Amino acid sequence: MVIKLLKRMYTLFIFFFLYAPILILVIFSFNNSKSRAHWDGFTFKWYAELFHDQQIMTSLYYTLLIAIIASVVATVIGTAAAIGIHNMRGIQKTFTMNITYLPVLNPDIVTGISLMLLFIFLNIPTGFITMLLAHITFNLPFVILSVLPKLKQLNNQIFDAALDLGASPLTAYKKVILPQIMPGVVTGFLLAFTMSIDDFVISFFTTGSGVSNLAITIYSMARRGINPKINALLTLMFVSILLLLILINNRMSREDERKEKLT
Amino acid sequence: MKKNPITYPYILWMVIFTVVPLALILVYSVFTMDSSGIGFTLQHIKRVFEPLYLVVLLRSIRLAVVSTVICLVLGYPVAMILAERHLSKKSILIVLFVIPMWMNFLARTYAWMTLLEKNGLINTALGAIGLPAINILYTDNAVILGMVYNFLPFMVLPIYSVLRKIDSAVIEAAEDLGATPVTTFRRVIFPLSLPGVMSGITMVFMPAVTTFVISRLLGGGQYTLIGNLIEQQFLTTRDWGFGSSLSFILMIFILLTMGIMSRYEKDNEGGGLW
Repeated sequence: MVIKLLKRMYTLFIFFFLYAPILILVIFSFNNSKSRAHWDGFTFKWYAELFHDQQIMTSLYYTLLIAIIASVVATVIGTAAAIGIHNMRGIQKTFTMNITYLPVLNPDIVTGISLMLLFIFLNIPTGFITMLLAHITFNLPFVILSVLPKLKQLNNQIFDAALDLGASPLTAYKKVILPQIMPGVVTGFLLAFTMSIDDFVISFFTTGSGVSNLAITIYSMARRGINPKINALLTLMFVSILLLLILINNRMSREDERKEKLT
Repeated sequence: MKKNPITYPYILWMVIFTVVPLALILVYSVFTMDSSGIGFTLQHIKRVFEPLYLVVLLRSIRLAVVSTVICLVLGYPVAMILAERHLSKKSILIVLFVIPMWMNFLARTYAWMTLLEKNGLINTALGAIGLPAINILYTDNAVILGMVYNFLPFMVLPIYSVLRKIDSAVIEAAEDLGATPVTTFRRVIFPLSLPGVMSGITMVFMPAVTTFVISRLLGGGQYTLIGNLIEQQFLTTRDWGFGSSLSFILMIFILLTMGIMSRYEKDNEGGGLW
């Protein structure tokens, strides 16, 4: 009994620790004054003003645009590459896996700076394009590492069976392999998308000419004090993520229950 | 299927955007380019090991080690609680645990500034119940707090996923053979969870060593970790040679650490650089 109580209290403590700053963000999005420390009455005005703030809206636009393009491109190139890597053997595979792990293991700051040096070296003006290229680069390994385990679980004979039945290799991939590895592809895409939305360090070093994503905007604001409008935006994002995850979670646990009943 | 042309775009991409840039870092750190042409030099690399900068590197490592240890001590019990089999509403707990990671980490770190300020909420709360105020903002402790806060999930999740896979029969067997809960933990559960612990340690230690944002926000403007030093070289001082050398040494240090750690991770199938 005592142990159970201790566990409860500890869980509560950890969740409080994790959620305290988020709670602060949410509370201060309703604060009437711009102060981040003093409560000055309840207001919805930041939520209304949020949508008229050019700087925040532009960085939100860039964040989403880059996240969508980068994760789609990374998913397409990465899934194809994963199928290829799966068929590789020996030294070729070792080499490809090593360059896949390299950006994952490398510190973000080193990746960011190395890309910045590359763009300067090649004389590509930094901005939207360079940031996009950087995002695709750090997203690719995550797609590959999500798809590869699914490919390992595949039964190779199914592919051969499709070929024996007269399917061309391309059709066989499209109709047989792809549907089976789809969960991995979706995981990879979602992972890439979230990494992209949340990235600060690599974007910070690879952007330029006034193009900034949300993270960069927040960072540049942090020194003079974050605008309550950002709090409002983050609160909206938090609520939508919360709802989305609870929805997904409910659906999955219902499916689990159904499966349990069947077996 | 000897040739794999569908992999070529990927390999080409990674060579251009990963291998070449890393090579550029090395080039910038050992070559000088001026009007008289290109020359080889080790002065930048040597400078990294000057006492002034060595102190920064050591401080980064010290703070990262402390944060990693705290994350492990705080995180292991969390992982155990999350992994418990009969916990009702388990999946919702995990969802709740992961959600903060989806919020912009800069904003969350910034919120800590509000909490930790001299007249901030924590001190107001402490004052209300008659306890002395704590002033940790812009100190080592604030930076450690920020690291623990941001990286705790990276410790918990790998341990959780290993703990969940442990066959409950093994634990029951230990209990049947007369082991006390403490012994079961010490001799059975903990050794089996080591791969998770190891990947947790690397996943916390690595970003903690290299961060420059947490130290900038919670440590104040003057606070310098290796990440801040590198950022400074590229964005303020514009000493690319020295900045590249710092990045290069940092990269080698991290890759070596990971190489050593990955030997302890069992189900690492042909992955990793070693």
